Amino acid sequence: MSTETMKKVYSIPESLRNRPHHYCPGCGHGIVLSIVGELVDELGVRDRAVGIAPVGCSVFLYEYYDFDCVQAAHGRAPAVATGLKRANPDLFVISYQGDGDLAAIGTAEIIHAANRSENFSTIFINNAIYGMTGGQMAPTTLLGQKSQTTPYGRNPNTDGFPVRVCELLNSLEGPYYLERVCVATPQDRVKAKKAIKKAFTYQLEGKGFSLVEVLSQCPTNWGMSVLDSVKWVKEVMAQTFPLGVFRDKGQQK
Amino acid sequence: MGKKILMKGNEALGEGAMRAGMRHYFGYPITPQSEVAAYLSKHLPKRGGVFLQAESEISAINMVYGAASAGRRVMTSSSSPGISLKMEGLSYLVGSELPCLIGNVMRGGPGLGNIAPAQADYFQAVKGGGHGDYHIIVLAPTTCQEMFDFAVMALNLADKYRNPVMILSDGALGQMMEPVVIPDEVPIEEYDKSWALTGAKDRPPNVVNSLFLDEKELEEHNIKLQEKFKRIEENEILYSEYRTEDAEYLFVAFGLVSRIVHSVVDLARAEGIKAGLLVPKMLWPFPKDRIAELAEQCRFLMSVEMNSGQMVEDVRLAVNGRRPVYFYGRMGGGVPAQRRVLEELKSHIEGGTK
Repeated sequence: MSTETMKKVYSIPESLRNRPHHYCPGCGHGIVLSIVGELVDELGVRDRAVGIAPVGCSVFLYEYYDFDCVQAAHGRAPAVATGLKRANPDLFVISYQGDGDLAAIGTAEIIHAANRSENFSTIFINNAIYGMTGGQMAPTTLLGQKSQTTPYGRNPNTDGFPVRVCELLNSLEGPYYLERVCVATPQDRVKAKKAIKKAFTYQLEGKGFSLVEVLSQCPTNWGMSVLDSVKWVKEVMAQTFPLGVFRDKGQQK
Repeated sequence: MGKKILMKGNEALGEGAMRAGMRHYFGYPITPQSEVAAYLSKHLPKRGGVFLQAESEISAINMVYGAASAGRRVMTSSSSPGISLKMEGLSYLVGSELPCLIGNVMRGGPGLGNIAPAQADYFQAVKGGGHGDYHIIVLAPTTCQEMFDFAVMALNLADKYRNPVMILSDGALGQMMEPVVIPDEVPIEEYDKSWALTGAKDRPPNVVNSLFLDEKELEEHNIKLQEKFKRIEENEILYSEYRTEDAEYLFVAFGLVSRIVHSVVDLARAEGIKAGLLVPKMLWPFPKDRIAELAEQCRFLMSVEMNSGQMVEDVRLAVNGRRPVYFYGRMGGGVPAQRRVLEELKSHIEGGTK
C-alpha cells in the first residue's frame, strides 16, 4: 500500500492527555473517557469545558482530560456542576459519576439537579459495583450478585433492590434527555457516542439536564474475563437495566 | 455619605456581601438565619445575581465549591446544625484553596437544640470542624453594622488568601434591628484569580483539587497551607478595647456578649472596680499577643461566653499561666445578665486575688 492511500483513522483527541491511565484491563471507563475526549474535540468546546471528577474509579479524570477540571466530594458532583454552571453559563460542564457516587451517597444531589433541569451533562457509569474500594455492593448491584459486602449474593430482604436511575429520574418533569447505553461491543460504543453527543449538544443549546447512563463492564471486581464481562453486560445486566431512550424532549415535537 | 437604614443583622449580612460583589448565593432554610436567604432571594436577582435554594446544606456548600471554582464571589449561610452539615465541604474548600463567605447565625445545641442565640460553635469555627489540618478566618460581629462591614471584609480576605472566611454571629444579632450605614461604595479588593476554571483557552488547563495521593505531595501541600495560615496570623488581627488602660480585671467577650460585658465594665467602674474589656472581632486569628500584654497589668482575666467555656481556652493559652483566667457562661440560649456577670467578677475578687 502506498502512503498516498493511507488514511489516519484515529489519534488521541486533543482533549485527552497522552498518558497511560489507571483503569483495569477491560474496564469500560477508558472507552467512555475516549468518547468524551473525541466529542469535546468534535464540538469544539475544549476551551470552555470543565470536567468534574467524582470520588470513585474516575477520581483521576483530571489527569486524563486536557481541559479545566474540578474534583468533587463523594456524591456532590451535581451540586458542584450546578455551582459552576450557574456562576458561569458559558462553561461547558461535564459531570461524570459512578453508581455509588450518583445512586447512593449522592442520590439527593442528582435528583434535584435533574429536577431543576440544570444545564449540564451527566455521564453515569453503572457497573453494578464499587470498583475503587474493592468491589462492595453498589445501589445498582443485581439481585443475587456477589460482592465483597454481599458474599452470599444481594438479598432484596436485607439489601434492597437495584436502583434504576434513568427510570427514577424519568418520573421528574425536569430532565430533558435520559438514555441508557452500554459499551460492550464496538457497535455499542458507536451508539453510546451518539447518545453522549446528543447530551452535549443539548447543553450547548441550553436545553437543560441530560444524563446518559452507561452500563460498563468491571471484569476485575466481577471476577470475570473481559469477554465474559461484556457478555454479562448484554445478557444479564441489561435485563435489570434495559437499554434505550427514556426521555428525549428534543424528539417530542 | 451613604444612607442609614434600619435593618436586621441577617439582612445587613446579605447586603454587605452583595455590596462587596457577591452575586451567587446557595443556601438551605434554617432558623434563625432565614432572613439572609429571604433578603438575598429578593435582591440578588435584581442585581444580576443567582439565588438558589438547595436541596440540603451539603448541596449548598458544594454549589459554593463549584461557583468558587469558577472564580466568583460566593456565599452560603446557615445556623449551627446546618453548619455541621457543611463541614465536609468546608474542608474541601480549604484543601482546594477556594475563597467563599460562610455565615453561621448560631443557635443552641447540641443536636437540634433550639433557635435561641448561642456561641457554642466557637470550637467548630476556630479549631477546624471538618477533617484535616486547617483554619478558616473567623469574624465575630457585635452589631448589625458589623454584620454589614464584616461581610465586605470577609469577601476581600477570602480572595486575598484563597481561603473560606466565616462570619460567626448568633440568633440575636441576626434577628435584631439596628441602624446600618450603607456607604455609597465599599472597598472591593481585586486579587489574582488566574487559578479559576474559565476554560483552558490560551493557557494550560487549571485543576481545582484537594486529592494528593502521594504522601510527599500531600505533605508539601499541607506545608504550603500552614505557611498561608501563618501569614494570615501575622497580618490579620481585629479586636477592640474598652477602658483597658488601667484595667486590673480584664473581661474577654465576643459577639453579642461583648455588648453586655461592655455595660458590666461601667457598672464595675461605678463601684470603683477597675474593669476593662477586650473584644476579639476576629476569633481566628486570635488576638493572643494583646491579651498576653494586658494580662501583665491585670490581676485576673475573665471570659464571658454563651457556651460552656470555649474561647476561655484560647485566653488561657494566651495568658499561659501568668494570671488566673476565670469563666462565666450560659448555655442553651441563655444570655448572661449584667448583674450576674458583675457578681461573678466580684466573687473572684473577694475570692482572694485582690
